Amino acid sequence: MQQNQTVFFSVKDATKSFPGVLALNHVSLDVKSGSVLALVGENGAGKSTLMKILSGVYQMETGEIFIDGEKVNISSPLASQHLGISIIYQELNSLLNMNIAENVFIGRETRKKGLIDKELMHEKTKILLQKVGLDIDTWTRVGTLSTAQKQMVEVAKALSFNARLIIMDEPTSSLTDTETHTLFKIIRNLKEHGVAIIFITHRLKEIFEIADDVAVMRDGEMVITLQASQTNENEIISNMVGRDIKNIFAKETADIMDVLLEVKNLSTKNFLHDINFHVRKGEILGFAGLVGAGRSEVMRAVFGIDKRETGEIYINGQMVKINNTVDAIRHGMGFVPEDRKEQALILNMNITQNISLAALEDFRRYGFIDQKKEKKEAVKYIKSLQIKTPSEEQIVGNLSGGNQQKVVIGKWMEIKPNILILDEPTRGIDVKTKKEIYMLMSKLAQQGVAIIMISSELPEILGMSDRIVVMHEGTIKGELLRNEASQENIMKLAMLN
Amino acid sequence: MSATSLEIKSTAINFWGKIKKSSSISLIFILSAMFILMYIVSPPFRSISNLLSVTKLFVPIAISGIGVCMVIITGGIDLSLGSVYGLAGVITTLILTKTNTNAFFSVLLGVGAAALFGLFNGVMIVKVNLPPFIATLASMSIARGLCYVITQGYPITGIESQGFLFIGQGAIAGIPAAVWCMVVVAIVFSIFLNKTVTGRRIYAVGGNEEATRISGVNTGRIKLLVYTLCSALAGFAGIITASKLGIGQPTSGTGFELDAIAAVAIGGASLAGGAGTVSGTIMGAAIIGILRNALVLLSVNAYWQQLIIGFVILIAVAADQISKRRK
Repeated sequence: MQQNQTVFFSVKDATKSFPGVLALNHVSLDVKSGSVLALVGENGAGKSTLMKILSGVYQMETGEIFIDGEKVNISSPLASQHLGISIIYQELNSLLNMNIAENVFIGRETRKKGLIDKELMHEKTKILLQKVGLDIDTWTRVGTLSTAQKQMVEVAKALSFNARLIIMDEPTSSLTDTETHTLFKIIRNLKEHGVAIIFITHRLKEIFEIADDVAVMRDGEMVITLQASQTNENEIISNMVGRDIKNIFAKETADIMDVLLEVKNLSTKNFLHDINFHVRKGEILGFAGLVGAGRSEVMRAVFGIDKRETGEIYINGQMVKINNTVDAIRHGMGFVPEDRKEQALILNMNITQNISLAALEDFRRYGFIDQKKEKKEAVKYIKSLQIKTPSEEQIVGNLSGGNQQKVVIGKWMEIKPNILILDEPTRGIDVKTKKEIYMLMSKLAQQGVAIIMISSELPEILGMSDRIVVMHEGTIKGELLRNEASQENIMKLAMLN
Repeated sequence: MSATSLEIKSTAINFWGKIKKSSSISLIFILSAMFILMYIVSPPFRSISNLLSVTKLFVPIAISGIGVCMVIITGGIDLSLGSVYGLAGVITTLILTKTNTNAFFSVLLGVGAAALFGLFNGVMIVKVNLPPFIATLASMSIARGLCYVITQGYPITGIESQGFLFIGQGAIAGIPAAVWCMVVVAIVFSIFLNKTVTGRRIYAVGGNEEATRISGVNTGRIKLLVYTLCSALAGFAGIITASKLGIGQPTSGTGFELDAIAAVAIGGASLAGGAGTVSGTIMGAAIIGILRNALVLLSVNAYWQQLIIGFVILIAVAADQISKRRK
């Protein structure tokens, strides 16, 4: 097997940045033909950016790509395909209302005298399907296929481009064990035909089943490439997280008191199950896990935004009925959502109007809005949260991300919550504002507020939480106290089955 | 001074202030330009009676416009308002002529019936989750059908109630009663939208429904309210017209929703939701009113009138969109 595998594809020194973020920092990668390279890293490590460069969606700022020793320029997705690179996205790109042959040959249908030569198209498709071991009529509408089958169709499509390198982005996340097994059989088959595969995954077990090499990325850099047969889970995780945590966290101790919120037996249709947790007055409870683990879903269910299948919520020991957000707010809960533009702010309204939105009842006077009081509160928050704005009448859509986030926090502080849930509170925000938000969280905790913080940034979770709950694919995998938590053991709970 | 009269005063001042700011400037400009142009070009335009008939023409557009403006602010649409306009007129005149009910209660029942129809629209949209366009397209037919069923196709005549006829034909202090109706509706709803908690929530639902829902506002209830109010106002407008004409016509209001929606769009509302004002709607209605009147006075062929009005609406809305995009 080793003899087939020579490096035919190389990325050298790729750099790519976006406003405020260096996504790839001099990344190099070698891919051998007929081999499987697993690409791992936390969310935000740069895997997806790197793959988008290989598939022509993004352009590198510096760096070179070589195929068979010759420098190439991947200028567009089409160019990438012509160079023999195919990518199969996690969300798949199937045309659901068309049949298999139409999906495979979309945009390059076989022609005969100007009309589509359907016979030839289906013949060719049949051969491709045989290669991937999919025994289905080529006239079948793709919308009726299972996810696994849709994936095989995409692999068949990749093969029709004579792909030499197939990139698969988390291909097993929606597959059953049996389907995964089948996929791996196909991958091994492809390997034997000299095709190289880059396999992005969070499931370490799979790496040892199928990969030859493992490349680990972290914070936009390629940390190390290991041979799968010569490494283990611990070493991989160590490399994924090993970073110096600079102490930018302003966490001050707060008195942690009685349990304020308790959630028992929460589940939702088809996803969350057996969710149990509690949070105390003055405590900051961190919710860690990979993206898609279900953390936001838990909080949305607790706050009444989404329906839950089962589950009881207790506040101060009493069971409460929370069927919608009005109930949740009435019971003293606040929720700073993940996506401030879609879920928290009314961008065409000004700061004052956004801040009063969840607490309008407090400004009600005979049905009218007490606009003087409203203005006073807005000015108060602008000062205490240090929101940078010419006035309280500034339209929120014109503020920077950090200041917008402060407006959202101000809005939820206005209802004087006893329980405050924050979902990725410092995402996309500059360092200075992050610090200010951490200080605010500490202050609130000191005042006795129970705080739940969902975060994908391990340093943040470790820096701010008194206790950490780790989720994995819809369930809670474990709980760690502040003094026993580390990046490694959080990651282990988040990733391993 | 009580809280409410202070509010009224400050609203009146704000009204003028808002007219001065924003895209209303261009509206006033257009309105004035049209007015001056017509004054110069067409002698019949200058007469008081013509001016009065112009205002009577745009009163129903303005009143229905204010109603559908609220729906549009929440990001919805109501295509049934022309049919409800006719239905309310028919119901009111029927009650007036066939029973002993006096004018006041007949009008109340007519508006009530319209409001109920609006509630029906709201339920279809909020509870059954139908897209507003489809739901009100269907109810447009239902309401119009009801008009014919109730009247069997014949207009309702023989209205003797002076109280009723005063609404559309009388005047107070020289100004038509219908215009007073419009002024009252405008002031009430301007205050409602700009100063009350519910008014703020209406704008919030339109600005970002999901964020508003997460912020603890019962967005379903807000939507039910605006559809109910929209139909109620459309019904009221239809009753004013029935009073003006002195009969209840089952065909009354056919195609009217276009004028009302156009008035709102010209007035600066975004059909995507989140923006729209009472003052803008009234100016939009005035522009349409003067335009229709101008085309008649200039003896423009009736077929061409339709074409021209369509173009004017297109240009007005496009100009507004372009100016918004530049901001």
